[in-house]
Amino acid sequence: MRSRVIQPAKLANCLPLVPLIDETRTRSRLAVTTAAQPATTHPTTDAGAGVPAVRLEGLVKHFGNDAAGRRVAGATGAPVSDVIVAVAGIDLDIRDGEFFSMLGPSGSGKTTTLRMIAGFELPTAGRILLHGEDVTNRPPFDRDVNTVFQDYALFPHMTVGDNVAYGLVVRKVPKAERQARVADALRMVRLEGYERRRPGQLSGGQRQRVALARALVNRPRVLLLDEPLGALDLKLREEMQIELKSIQQAVRITFIYVTHDQQEALTMSDRLAVFNRGRIEQVGTPADVYERPATRFVAGFVGTSNLLAGETARAIIGSDRTYTVRPEKIRLTDPDAAPGPDEASATGTIREVVYLGPDTRYIVALDAGGELVVTQQNLATSSMEALSAKGRAVRLTWKRQHNLPVGDG
Amino acid sequence: MIGATDRSTPGTMRRLAGWLDRHARVRLAMLLAAPMGWLVLAYLGSLVLLFVNAFWSRDAFTGLVERQFTPDNFIEIFTNPLYRNVTLRTFGMAVAVTLTCAVIAFPIAYYMARVASPRTRGLLAVAVVMPLWASYLVKAYTWRLILSNDGVLNWLLEPLGLRGPGLGESVVGLWLVFTYLWLPYMILPLYAGLERIPHSLLEASADLGGRGWTTFRRVILPLVVPALVAGSIFTFSLTLGDYIAPSLITTTQFIGNLIFLNFGVPDLPFAAALSLVPLAIVVLYLLVARRLGAFEAL
Ligand SMILES: Nc1ncnc2c1ncn2[C@@H]1O[C@H](COP(=O)(O)OP(=O)(O)OP(=O)(O)O)[C@@H](O)[C@H]1O
Ligand SMILES: [Mg+2]
Repeated sequence: MRSRVIQPAKLANCLPLVPLIDETRTRSRLAVTTAAQPATTHPTTDAGAGVPAVRLEGLVKHFGNDAAGRRVAGATGAPVSDVIVAVAGIDLDIRDGEFFSMLGPSGSGKTTTLRMIAGFELPTAGRILLHGEDVTNRPPFDRDVNTVFQDYALFPHMTVGDNVAYGLVVRKVPKAERQARVADALRMVRLEGYERRRPGQLSGGQRQRVALARALVNRPRVLLLDEPLGALDLKLREEMQIELKSIQQAVRITFIYVTHDQQEALTMSDRLAVFNRGRIEQVGTPADVYERPATRFVAGFVGTSNLLAGETARAIIGSDRTYTVRPEKIRLTDPDAAPGPDEASATGTIREVVYLGPDTRYIVALDAGGELVVTQQNLATSSMEALSAKGRAVRLTWKRQHNLPVGDG
Repeated sequence: MIGATDRSTPGTMRRLAGWLDRHARVRLAMLLAAPMGWLVLAYLGSLVLLFVNAFWSRDAFTGLVERQFTPDNFIEIFTNPLYRNVTLRTFGMAVAVTLTCAVIAFPIAYYMARVASPRTRGLLAVAVVMPLWASYLVKAYTWRLILSNDGVLNWLLEPLGLRGPGLGESVVGLWLVFTYLWLPYMILPLYAGLERIPHSLLEASADLGGRGWTTFRRVILPLVVPALVAGSIFTFSLTLGDYIAPSLITTTQFIGNLIFLNFGVPDLPFAAALSLVPLAIVVLYLLVARRLGAFEAL
């Protein structure tokens, strides 16, 4: 079977909570890697190094005037005859063992893409390859992929134990092994002892974990998660983010994670793709995407856009292109403080102050036209001082390396 | 100004509303008084009368009802092979009709709930309900015409060298008629039950490796059991209690016919005792269904 590399250092950090599903994996400690190295370096990947876990080639999905289309259109009141382009051509490689996020606004085609990978929807055009194998036309039960559904989709008539065992029962795994694997999976999501409960008797967070265990117990090579934390409150959400990430690092399964929460995508992913209107605007590491947005859309969606364009850009930076500056990179000073040699700067008036607790957000109307948002940590400022800054003339200063050109997409 | 006076001297209605708001039980009692009264008087009352009647007897000579407790009626029902046979026959018919209805209704309900477009679904729903708009008697008589010797069925079967069940002793015709009559009562709850199953459960099953049949057996079927039970209660009890269709379609006797006959004699106490037989069977059926956990998922 497939074997995966476990990183002992990491395991030690995150795994008091997370015992391994599969002991054979601990025994096969083939290499010790450090840092968040992509899993493509596994010496034992049997499909050959470099073969992506998932490859999407020219993937297109139209929802037409068929039954499914009518169902959705009927619900939204959209005109029935129109073809809805949900996914407008996507090429993407997702590496083996990576935590990959699909980020984008509502309706940008994330779920549709995920559902095509799972096999619930057939693409209108394009191909889907799992570990090099074309699965475009295979039904869901013939793909080595499992899904954690947004609404969890737990079987209400089965106990937690039966829910988790479902995939194993269906695949006729012998009873003894089944029980051991179910127990392991439940332990991994910290639900040991809940076997006999019914889904209806669990809290939202617990149901979410059952859904996760039910998918992981099958040891899929790719796990698809569609906004799995969407229904949880903020605190639980943050806890589960950490837990999901550590489980992913423990089992080394490729996670494809759909979310419209940019914070979540940035904190959890090895890499992420930003979706917009059925296309991918940018693929990269969180740092790439956040600090070097490829398009205006990405700059705006991942963080605050803070764009400087046209006249304003020429006046401040000396070029006609469009630039973005992240709000936390900007310093607020007196209007007559002189900027350093490697710094850009602009003067303006504080138009609005938003006190956020740990920091304050200032919206500054620039004298050269346009607006910039600046966030400052409340190191010494109190809320009173911060709020009284409204209307004051200020100078904004930032290092030139922090104003980044963005594409005009 | 107006608001102020309102608050200091609330009107009678307002005060009453406030008082009711604080006394939830009184509110509930008022709400339920009328339906409960109806239920107790019309339903339970007549049932109790029926039950009491069953233990009276009829004076063979004068034909008058003797209001004295006696278990004679029941002894007669349980010892006379005639009644035992008729009971078993009726029970068998109810089971057969229920099973047939379930088998026929399932694909229709499934198609309506999960496959058909909203338009087709609407048309099908109308088609299923439409027979209920016609009088039961008309439908039963129509079946007489279909089944009779020179009826449509034989006319259709003749080229094949076959003959229909006819209107004689055979109960096959009755089985067809009952299945036809009660089918909507099975389709509608099944449709509602299937409709309620979230699509994501079926996807989850497929995602975990379940093919069509596995998904059907392990997910769909268990989840529609309550609906199936609901439908079968209709088909089962309607068949048990019916006497018009049997008397129109076949010469063989069913419980309903016997009850009806005893109304005509008249031996009302015995008819009452006989009526309790299907009632008891249905109660038993419900108990078994509950035992099997059919209501748990409701
Ligand atoms: N079954 C369907 N029939 C018709 N149109 C659909 C169907 N499913 C999705 N769409 C349309 O396709 C587009 C993309 O939808 P999708 O569900 O992939 O968005 P998403 O990125 O997951 O959004 P969200 O963040 O709101 O979940 C939307 O315009 C949606 O209305
Ligand atoms: Mg979605």
